[in-house]
Amino acid sequence: MLNIKDLCVSYGAISALKGISLTVNDGELVTLIGANGAGKTTTLHTISGLLKASSGTIMLDDIDLQKTPAHKIIEYGMAQVPEGRHVFAQMTVLENLYMGAYSISDKKKIEDNIEWVFHHFPRLKERSKQLAGTLSGGEQQMLATGRAIMTNPKIVLMDEPSMGLSPLLVSEIFSIIKELQKSGITILLVEQNAKMALSIADRAYVLENGKISMSGNASELLNDERVKKAYLGA
Amino acid sequence: MSTFMQFITTGLRLGSVYALIALGYTMVYGIIKLINFAHGDFIMVGGYTLFFTIPAFMKLGLPGWAAVFIAIIVCAVVGMLVELLAYRPVRKRGNNLTSLITAIAMSFILENLAQAIPAIGPDPRVPYMLFNNDIKIGSFSISVATLITIVVSAIIMIGLYQFTQKTKIGRAMRCVSEDKQAAVLMGINVNKVIIITFAIGAGLAAVAALMYIAQYPKVTTTMGATLGIYAFVSAVLGGIGSLPGAMLGGIIIGIVQSGTSTYISSSMADTFVYLILIVVLMVKPAGILGKNIGEKV
Repeated sequence: MLNIKDLCVSYGAISALKGISLTVNDGELVTLIGANGAGKTTTLHTISGLLKASSGTIMLDDIDLQKTPAHKIIEYGMAQVPEGRHVFAQMTVLENLYMGAYSISDKKKIEDNIEWVFHHFPRLKERSKQLAGTLSGGEQQMLATGRAIMTNPKIVLMDEPSMGLSPLLVSEIFSIIKELQKSGITILLVEQNAKMALSIADRAYVLENGKISMSGNASELLNDERVKKAYLGA
Repeated sequence: MSTFMQFITTGLRLGSVYALIALGYTMVYGIIKLINFAHGDFIMVGGYTLFFTIPAFMKLGLPGWAAVFIAIIVCAVVGMLVELLAYRPVRKRGNNLTSLITAIAMSFILENLAQAIPAIGPDPRVPYMLFNNDIKIGSFSISVATLITIVVSAIIMIGLYQFTQKTKIGRAMRCVSEDKQAAVLMGINVNKVIIITFAIGAGLAAVAALMYIAQYPKVTTTMGATLGIYAFVSAVLGGIGSLPGAMLGGIIIGIVQSGTSTYISSSMADTFVYLILIVVLMVKPAGILGKNIGEKV
């Protein structure tokens, strides 16, 4: 599905990514974990076209994402839940969902997808007329996720969905992510909360100072001594 | 009583023109956080286009006011060119300050070009008078120009508001205005939305130009500067970035100007306009309808 090879990204003279390679296969839930400043968000922004790479390739099936304008990427089946949610605060919940479906014009499909999102997130249905800015952090995360699946994407990139949420909400959000995977969506999950991420993911990559330092089965990494020491506080 | 009605209608008419122009300022500001100082000069472009096209239309047996459609197209094209050739390249490389100075430069370039091109400037032109008859209701009389200005502006403003609320492209404009990064993720072509915003704003300036010259039949190369400032003040007063704010601000400025001229002295009009601006900004720094919404993190 998603294939990244030798990706290098720099902000001026500072290089943020120093040649990372990773693969996400169809139907997988892959997580990219790492500390603050390791380059997680840089990786996601480069995939979604908000940043330009200095070298390397990013392929979504047979489409070269670096040659695709950022706003076109969603039409190829890749959606994103950005860090900090970025819901449209001055629009209602329902309007936010409509914006998620901006790239599709089939009205029937849009309505079906809204039903589908409301099925996954009943709380959004209750608040559909409310301005998104008045929602709680957890509800905003649900809205950002719901908005991302409005196009029936093949793959969803999720950036730090647990950020700023209470442990209870974090496990609620993570069970939703798992549910989305079960419904057939491939997921690349970027997380600081390594324990939670590893517990639901199939495979994982550990990012350190712009390089992949470890990779493998999520369950194995969860029990790896180095990972435990560095990320799980054990 | 008739003095009072006269003051209200004059105020509404002036205010409607300011509001139409203020919408252009506020839309562009909302979307790229730029005070487009060249926006006032789009009125001048519209004014000259009307000066040339109204007689041509009448020669062809068409109604003179229909020339406004040509003016809308000309202004929209000029607006898009300004964005494409000046603002976009500068925005890509610079910051808000470089954009601002580019806008001021663009304003002078447009005015200067108009002065330098022999067919246009530098002398003022007197356009054909449109709608120059009155309607009398009892002792009260209102000019057709006033009535048309108020009604057409109201329709345009309501239409524009509905456009931003209900249409796909209108919603995209609100998204870009609120969060460009998220807008891109939704599949919105941000540059396309920005250029459409410029086209609409400049088109509204063309309509304002028609309304304005129907009342004050004189087109000069610097007419956009004064009108532009009043409209800009209207936008800030109402809350820049807010469409209803621009409308409200325009109407308030128009009423204050007309009221001061009627009851105090026309030479005091500006004093009151700016006095009210300062007082409102002291009480509500974001403008009357401006919002300062804290972001939830």
